[in-house]
Amino acid sequence: MMKNNALAGLKVVDFSWVFTGPIVTKYLGDHGAEVIKIESAVQPDGTRVITPFKDGIPGIDRSGVFANYNSSKYSITINLQEPRGVEIARKLVARADIVLETFAPGAMSRLGLDYDELQKVKPDIIMLSMSMFGQYGPYSNQPTFGQLLQTTNGFAHLLGWPDRAPSLPVAPYTDYIAPWYILIALLAALDYRRRTGKGQYIDLSMHEASAHFTAPELLAYTVNNRIQNRMGNRCPDAAPHGVYPCKGHDRWCTIAVFNNDEWQALCQVMGNPGWARSSSFDTLLHRRENNEELDRLIGEWTINYAPEDIMDRLQAAGVAAGVVQTGEDLIDNDPQLRHRQHFVEMNHAETGNHLTERPPFRLSRTPSEPQRPFPSFGEHTEYICQEILGMGDAEFAELVGTGVLY
Amino acid sequence: MADEEQMPPMLDRYRVLDLTGNRGALCGKALAELGADVIKVEKPGGDPSRTIGPFYQDIPGPERSLPWLAFNLNKRGITLNIETSKGQELFKRLIRTADFVIESFTPGYLDNLDLGYSSLSEINPGIILTSITPFGQTGPYSGYNAPDLITMAMSGYLYLCGDSDRPPVRFSSDQSYLQGSLQAAVGTLIAHYHRELSGEGQHVDVSVQESMVWALCYAPLDWYLLKALGQTRQGGYWQRFGVTYRVIWPCKDGYVAYRLLMAQPGANAMNEFVASLNAEGLGEDMKGIDWSNLRFDQVPQEDIDRWEDQIGTYFLRHTKRELHEEAVRQRNVLQPVNTMQDIIESPQLAARDFWVEVEHPELNTAITYPGPYFKSTETAWHKGHRAPLIGEHNEEIYEKELGLSKEELSALMNDNII
Repeated sequence: MMKNNALAGLKVVDFSWVFTGPIVTKYLGDHGAEVIKIESAVQPDGTRVITPFKDGIPGIDRSGVFANYNSSKYSITINLQEPRGVEIARKLVARADIVLETFAPGAMSRLGLDYDELQKVKPDIIMLSMSMFGQYGPYSNQPTFGQLLQTTNGFAHLLGWPDRAPSLPVAPYTDYIAPWYILIALLAALDYRRRTGKGQYIDLSMHEASAHFTAPELLAYTVNNRIQNRMGNRCPDAAPHGVYPCKGHDRWCTIAVFNNDEWQALCQVMGNPGWARSSSFDTLLHRRENNEELDRLIGEWTINYAPEDIMDRLQAAGVAAGVVQTGEDLIDNDPQLRHRQHFVEMNHAETGNHLTERPPFRLSRTPSEPQRPFPSFGEHTEYICQEILGMGDAEFAELVGTGVLY
Repeated sequence: MADEEQMPPMLDRYRVLDLTGNRGALCGKALAELGADVIKVEKPGGDPSRTIGPFYQDIPGPERSLPWLAFNLNKRGITLNIETSKGQELFKRLIRTADFVIESFTPGYLDNLDLGYSSLSEINPGIILTSITPFGQTGPYSGYNAPDLITMAMSGYLYLCGDSDRPPVRFSSDQSYLQGSLQAAVGTLIAHYHRELSGEGQHVDVSVQESMVWALCYAPLDWYLLKALGQTRQGGYWQRFGVTYRVIWPCKDGYVAYRLLMAQPGANAMNEFVASLNAEGLGEDMKGIDWSNLRFDQVPQEDIDRWEDQIGTYFLRHTKRELHEEAVRQRNVLQPVNTMQDIIESPQLAARDFWVEVEHPELNTAITYPGPYFKSTETAWHKGHRAPLIGEHNEEIYEKELGLSKEELSALMNDNII
């Protein structure tokens, strides 16, 4: 088994920031690619300055989310407002396979770093621009963020209770759809280039990529003229299908019963209470008709137990059940995530231990493994300029002295 | 961009055998829409996920399930009973010409049929087998029964969604298996990159739970770094570590999403936005404020409450389309809280030719599907054909490719192997 070498030799220049783009390049880096993250001191990656911070102390090298999304990368700080800064970026592109950027449409052009320019220094470069709505179209220049864009994609309308206003998905959900489509497009473009010798420019829209995650709901409108609405935790094919209170503060379990065998097994684990034999609950149809009463009665049983007990007992009987896990459960309690080593602790030289997640797939021969912890701000500026670009001491000092490099 | 009709797709020389049900179908679809030849291998009679509604015109039927149609677009389809020894033999013959196999069976199922990774790689050392399961191939929960509601709960996502006075709530749309399936396609293509350099195939073991954990952002890190549950479910509000702001607001005909002073773009738009409020006699005390230099976390709560109250009143007087059009004009960050109808009617998606019409001769209609999510200078998203009918390509594959005779094929059909 050779760890993190599936993408060994691949070179990526990464202008992206915040969540989506950095997740993409982390996946590439954790599988062996060389990723050079171009950072700006004027506007540092917003993820460097959001809570939670190590020990609760704010600092540009202390952000937990930044640490998670930027393992395996080099960081170089360049002032791209300076022509000589742009020149350094071009030199990095000249030796790269992939360029990723997630600025507002037009920003790369204004910097002289658009595809036409980059093709001049690397004819077969693969460049991908990800933006909220794509590089053109009536909304392409409206600035917005994943937290709001997810509602444009319908994910708030589909979350919550039918008698209440839409709920806000907890994290910007569309920010966690786009990375996978970007990675698929980039890896396919690499394959295409290997066979044809041709690079390409890809204009990818987060809004469009995310629409694929509601494809059946979109079809329900295009073919049946029906708007899918939020329905709490109900499901047309299952009953019970809900979230039930358990022993403890804000503790919950989920139970989903899709057929009569599962229903019988659930009744048995509950100790075959009298109410469960009622004709109100004998078929899926009847259970759906009496959903509220069913949920109330099941809740009276679950409230006596810890959610882990409910899950273990029901799963042993073949009934779908789970714990509504919290951040604490994921880190401290979940034996499955521990078995899979989903969270990897890495020691950062200046700020100590941080966590980084592994991609959710394990490749049997070439599993992912972070090459190194997240970079400090500008940690590799000197290394990249001198060792990779072959810049002399005097030139490097002059560029730092004049603010082209930080 | 050049004429897309003339452009090739990126993956048109690869073949995928897709054994998944609804829990893994998006993985093969993501490859098919880049041109791969994805062959759905269903059991005789059809995949059980063909029975999942809603259905075309609300009439149930194996060729009418909308989730099935959506996530099997561009695939071909054959039937095969891999639980029989004849079926296994045919499957192994198909492995010789395949590049990828995708499956979503319970861990161990394929091994028990002698069709696990070690058997398949003996026939074709380059084969990549991708397995999509709720918790991965091994570990204490690997055998657990977990439809979407369970994996959403176990991922930590569910806990953070909904209203504070009610139980946590999930999307009214199965999302966790889409996350797992799409991340599976990423893992598959990373393995492919390695194969093209080394000749080696491998087994890609995907956990849906872990895929969904990725969408949490803060929660695990809040606990790891601060021993805190930093977020709670607050309906249309966002709350972290006690700081709360409104994101979802009612308007005249629905809801909009807006956050006061959302970073620099939000601040830049404030003067014009306040002028709109002022024109209707609202937000008088918001005039003349230097929004760009305002630190939101240093503004007294009563100011924020008063501003949000004025903004909320303004929103209630206007439709979401009016508010959104104004935001586009002012370069403000506001977005409409869209339904599926709103998305389909979006001028942005129309301008980018996002929707594709796919012919369904058997239904005597064309159906509109979500289409290309990218534009390229060199390659095109593959607009192919509708999802396969049950066993639609049996003859193409078994007769033309494997060389079975018509008699052999009909005998296999009589024995319920095909």
